[in-house]
Amino acid sequence: MRVNIRLFARLRDIAGTGELERQFAEGATVRTVWDTLASEFPTLTDYEASISTAVNAEYSRMTTPVGDGDEVAFLPPVSGG
Amino acid sequence: MNDNKMRMPTPLYAVTTEPLVLDTLISAVTTTHPDAPADTVGPGAIISFVGVVRNENAGRRVVRLEYEGYEPLAVRAFERIGAETAERWSVRIALHHRLGTLEIGEASVIIAVASPHRADAFAACRYVIERVKQIVPIWKHEFFEGGDVWIEGATADPDNDEARRDACRIAGLE
Repeated sequence: MRVNIRLFARLRDIAGTGELERQFAEGATVRTVWDTLASEFPTLTDYEASISTAVNAEYSRMTTPVGDGDEVAFLPPVSGG
Repeated sequence: MNDNKMRMPTPLYAVTTEPLVLDTLISAVTTTHPDAPADTVGPGAIISFVGVVRNENAGRRVVRLEYEGYEPLAVRAFERIGAETAERWSVRIALHHRLGTLEIGEASVIIAVASPHRADAFAACRYVIERVKQIVPIWKHEFFEGGDVWIEGATADPDNDEARRDACRIAGLE
């Protein structure tokens, strides 16, 4: 199944793009998506403990299941205001 | 078309690349909600907060900030903060955050809070800005004399009760 991945701020810089599309097997979770990205862009692993995640623009957990066509976002620590 | 635009009500929650206008936000919270019961007590106090781009951060001379955001989730986080605020205080709030390139002195975030009584309005306003800094997916890219850096604050987790308690404490609850 096809998943759209969104990366922001420093994570976007590390990957060199804010939007990627990757294929995953059924049963994938947010963690599966993150692990795939982290193996592609090893510097991302520095953020493992501090990221937040979202599925279809709702905050999620690493264990949240991911479906075909979903948008999965990885968010470094926030600094609005 | 301009006429139409002028009649559009100001959304209570928004992210935008346009300059922020406090007046429209104050109007938005002052107007009684159309669905409110007829005996609803109207505002007796309005508190506003304007966050602006400072020329200094951690000893660096800041030149400008570039704000990036995950827009749909940012607006949902605003709505969530609004709901949290309504659980604790009798207030109406509106909250806009700007994205894109901002020069020194420009407003990055504006908040308006209306309440029948000033104590609730002051407390809720403080709570709102603290929660913005905790859970809203917006990031500052700071450009200073000699370089640039992404500012990273809190790991956003709306269900983190400790963070929520911190915001309550800062707002003067407990």
